[in-house]
Amino acid sequence: MTALLRTESLTAGYGAAPVLHEVDLDVNTGSITAVLGANGAGKTTLLRTLSGLLPATHGRVLLDGKDLRGVRVEEMVRRGVAHVPEGRGVVTELTVDENLRLGGLWRKDRADVRKAMTEVYELFEPLARRRKFPGHQLSGGERQLLALGRALVGRPRLLLLDEPSLGLAPKITAQIMTLLGTLRDRSGLTVLLVEQNVRGALAIADEAVVLALGRVVTRGTDIDDEMRHAYLGF
Amino acid sequence: MFLTFDGLSRGAVYAAFALALVLIWRATRIVNFAQGAMAVATAYAGFEVSAATGSYWLGFAVAIAAGLILGAVTERVVMRFVDHSSPLNGVVVALGLVLVIQGGLGMIFGSEFRPAEAPFSRDAFTVGGVALLSRFDLFVFAAVGIVVVLLALLFTRTHTGLRMRAAAFAPDVSRLLGVNVSGMLTLGWALAAAVGSLAGMLVLPTELGLHPNAMDIVFVSSFTAAVVGGLDSAIGSVLGGLIVGLLLSYVSGYLGATVAPIAVLILLVVVLLGRPGGLFSRSAARTV
Ligand SMILES: Nc1ncnc2c1ncn2[C@@H]1O[C@H](COP(=O)(O)OP(=O)(O)OP(=O)(O)O)[C@@H](O)[C@H]1O
Ligand SMILES: [Mg+2]
Repeated sequence: MTALLRTESLTAGYGAAPVLHEVDLDVNTGSITAVLGANGAGKTTLLRTLSGLLPATHGRVLLDGKDLRGVRVEEMVRRGVAHVPEGRGVVTELTVDENLRLGGLWRKDRADVRKAMTEVYELFEPLARRRKFPGHQLSGGERQLLALGRALVGRPRLLLLDEPSLGLAPKITAQIMTLLGTLRDRSGLTVLLVEQNVRGALAIADEAVVLALGRVVTRGTDIDDEMRHAYLGF
Repeated sequence: MFLTFDGLSRGAVYAAFALALVLIWRATRIVNFAQGAMAVATAYAGFEVSAATGSYWLGFAVAIAAGLILGAVTERVVMRFVDHSSPLNGVVVALGLVLVIQGGLGMIFGSEFRPAEAPFSRDAFTVGGVALLSRFDLFVFAAVGIVVVLLALLFTRTHTGLRMRAAAFAPDVSRLLGVNVSGMLTLGWALAAAVGSLAGMLVLPTELGLHPNAMDIVFVSSFTAAVVGGLDSAIGSVLGGLIVGLLLSYVSGYLGATVAPIAVLILLVVVLLGRPGGLFSRSAARTV
């Protein structure tokens, strides 16, 4: 297995004091890695640093073995990285359809963009019924679907998902988890999945990383009970 | 009747100018107080070229092109660096720009009024002895109409328009989706300034002529129009422009020209106090 994404002593934060400390990660091509941790552990900060929204103060991020330093945020999507941010990912002033189109605007293959949009509408039924609705008229769960669907229109290789289950009914969450598993198995999609819904995430993840206070405290394919209790609280 | 056409013609200009203000407000939350001065600067350039070449239309094109360039440069060199932590910062920078531009124009061209010719006759047609509107008024309607339609098509029908709207509403998300947000911002300023220049070219021949401060009153009227329209709404700004134009025309027709600016200020205050979201706002315009 080759690492699609790799971080080496990645350190980043919002002010003088770092939030992430020396994080080393290896995310293999075609795998799902769950990123777990309590509120404030630095999960969102990690994703923001990976996609370049937040500059690393130390260490580096490698995609396909290439250092991403100096690569602009708007360039990331062209390298196959889609970041679905926490919560407010939908442009609420734009319609459902416009949000989805936005996900494919950078692509040259217009026919495949249309095909991908059709697929998303088939996958996420509630969106298909609300194509002309402005984003602010969607429910929280519908917004999550839209943000995820919009990322899929770009046909990413690496999906950075920040709490996709937030506000979603358990049934839909389960559907999304299944969908991620299917995309991984069929098209080799790589996913970095930040989740509060630990059970759901671990059920499909190939690997898990637990963050606490901005450090990786445990990683592996099974999270042992002691860790589970100490850092995840159940 | 004449007052109505005259008001609509003025109103069309205010509508265009207000539209330019709204474009920038939506993209940056800055009211571009320098827009009048910028438009005057490009009008000077345009009329200089007209005078040198004898071609009104060449000068007209130069003024619009100068607007595009001046808008882009203003964004790249000045506005980009405005710290958005306080809304006052943008205002202060824009006012500073006004002083710089007006001072510069005064030094280069002097501060006496220079003639700003109209490309068409300003004599009104009369129907059955009643003066209606002039060829120039028709030109104003056509020019503003075309610009409004083109902008609407740009924003609703093109990829670039979608990018510009997304970049204005959600810059970070847009960048994650590959939108060159900073480029869209520059483009927005360029377009807005060009629309401002067009408005300048349309209004200056009806005023006293070219002067560094020639657009000051137009700015106040257009700002009122934009506020009447809710500042955030393109359609609102166009309607607001027509309303302000009609108001000005009726007030100066019936009560005298000196009262007109006061009427505009009263309208501005009334709207700000009574309906700060604009005359056409619904009670809850935006939920986040
Ligand atoms: N914009 C910001 N400015 C300053 N500090 C921030 C900012 N965003 C987050 N932090 C701090 O960074 C730390 C990590 O926050 P982060 O959002 O990465 O946590 P998280 O693991 O995503 O939490 P949650 O599960 O609640 O989403 C927190 O202590 C938080 O206070
Ligand atoms: Mg978070």
